[in-house]
Amino acid sequence: METRELICIGCPLGCPLTVTVENNEVTSVTGNTCPRGDAYARKEVTNPTRIVTSTVRVSGGVSPMVSCKTASDIPKGKIFAVTESLKEVCVKAPVAIGDVVLANAAGTGVDVIATKNIEKA
Amino acid sequence: MKTYDLVIVGGGPAGLAAAVSARDNGIESILIIERDRELGGILNQCIHNGFGLHTFKEELTGPEYAARFAAQVYERGIEYKLNTMVMDITDDKVVTAMNRTDGLFEIQAKAIILAMGCRERSRGALNIPGYRPAGIYSAGTAQRLVNMEGFMPGKRVVILGSGDIGLIMARRMTFEGAKVLVVAELMPYSGGLKRNIVQCLDDFDIPLKLSHTVVDIEGKERVEAVVIAEVGPDRRPIPGTEIRYECDTLLLSCGLLPENELSRSAGVTLSPITSGPVVNDSLETNIDGVFACGNVLHVHDLVDYVSQEAAAAGKNAAKYILSGKNSEAKEVQIFPEGGVRYTVPATVRPTEMDDTLTVRFRVADVYKNRAIVTYFDNVEISRRKRPVMAPGEMEQVILTKAKLAEFPDLERITITLEEA
Repeated sequence: METRELICIGCPLGCPLTVTVENNEVTSVTGNTCPRGDAYARKEVTNPTRIVTSTVRVSGGVSPMVSCKTASDIPKGKIFAVTESLKEVCVKAPVAIGDVVLANAAGTGVDVIATKNIEKA
Repeated sequence: MKTYDLVIVGGGPAGLAAAVSARDNGIESILIIERDRELGGILNQCIHNGFGLHTFKEELTGPEYAARFAAQVYERGIEYKLNTMVMDITDDKVVTAMNRTDGLFEIQAKAIILAMGCRERSRGALNIPGYRPAGIYSAGTAQRLVNMEGFMPGKRVVILGSGDIGLIMARRMTFEGAKVLVVAELMPYSGGLKRNIVQCLDDFDIPLKLSHTVVDIEGKERVEAVVIAEVGPDRRPIPGTEIRYECDTLLLSCGLLPENELSRSAGVTLSPITSGPVVNDSLETNIDGVFACGNVLHVHDLVDYVSQEAAAAGKNAAKYILSGKNSEAKEVQIFPEGGVRYTVPATVRPTEMDDTLTVRFRVADVYKNRAIVTYFDNVEISRRKRPVMAPGEMEQVILTKAKLAEFPDLERITITLEEA
């Protein structure tokens, strides 16, 4: 039996979690204050994932950059592949929250979507 | 002179939530004054996620959270002026502001909500020795440059201070190809949220050196190196512990200060601990009809709490405008003790308050296995166990009007920490 101490990143509360792992199976999670904490702990010890937030360039907009995020969490090991692929992206204004700025980012099957409305200049 | 029932100074998260709430509580004539080119305030540069879990039950980025509140302002047709700077507020509620189209102008308000937010502690305020080369930025300035303007401040980075913005920028600069060498923190604990240490530093193997500070900045034209050293319990550098980092950029994330120049010149009483106005249960300052909310009042850790607080300020300002103020009401002071640094509000009027009142505060140190205990005079009213408390995280106690009504002769409320 192995125990791991984690800090939940589900929200800014940052609950201290204790995860018990037996034969590569999570047998218990304690310290969480909500179901997100339980889900985070199970994932973190088996297949850690993150939401990635970044920016891409905009042409013809009131602002030169638009913020964006992965539409869902991606494997931790793919973070830099995603941020690298965003460097090549330039979208045309107007941009609306939720618009796909890069489909299937770095082969993760997850789209990167805009998180800000950018009007035309 | 133009007149408005309510003028809100600042169009960030606090100002927007206050405006929406004031309108929903019956105030038609509202003007929000914002100095930036868009509504949303600092949220526009906080592109990371983690906002809004309490308010919207989902995890949003800063711009998304701002857009939801801005949309509520647009839907209600609430007036706002962008690129407009408030220059002065008087105690009889005349607001002087200026912008490029209207020039300098005055507005007479019936009530004012202060929602100017806060500012980062600067290098000057930190007394860091060394030359003054290019390459030294506050973390928030770097954040705006990277996220909104599309500029990278540097390639090899040292960060002083482990406030949340510094931690977030450590990850952000890493994503953009920079090498973040170290985060140095003067205190023996981090000033930021634990989750940010995990997902911004640990994820990328960026070392966090607690009880360390910058003792020298090298370079004349541009930062060439930063020297950090360990500090003792007296927070003074220990000779012989210096480490030199070759780098081109130093980011400072050493705390936030409420921005209260306007409040001060209006005659608003400020707390020496929070640097924000001293307010009662309706978030009203010592000047009748002048309210405060958000980071101008005290620096918050979660924007959700800012929105809640601002909504309360908006509602209370509406009540003041529509039905005036009962200046005869008894006011009971809240005394912060035993590691509780301050409380917002500082006083409660048992007959005037809402049915429940959220009292927010921060603690002075890292405490383990304590309880937050509330006393009405010498009677214990509530006791809540907290396994861990830290100065970086806000705590709260909820007071109820019903309970206060049981103590008609109440003289003092005490909020303190005791062994659990």
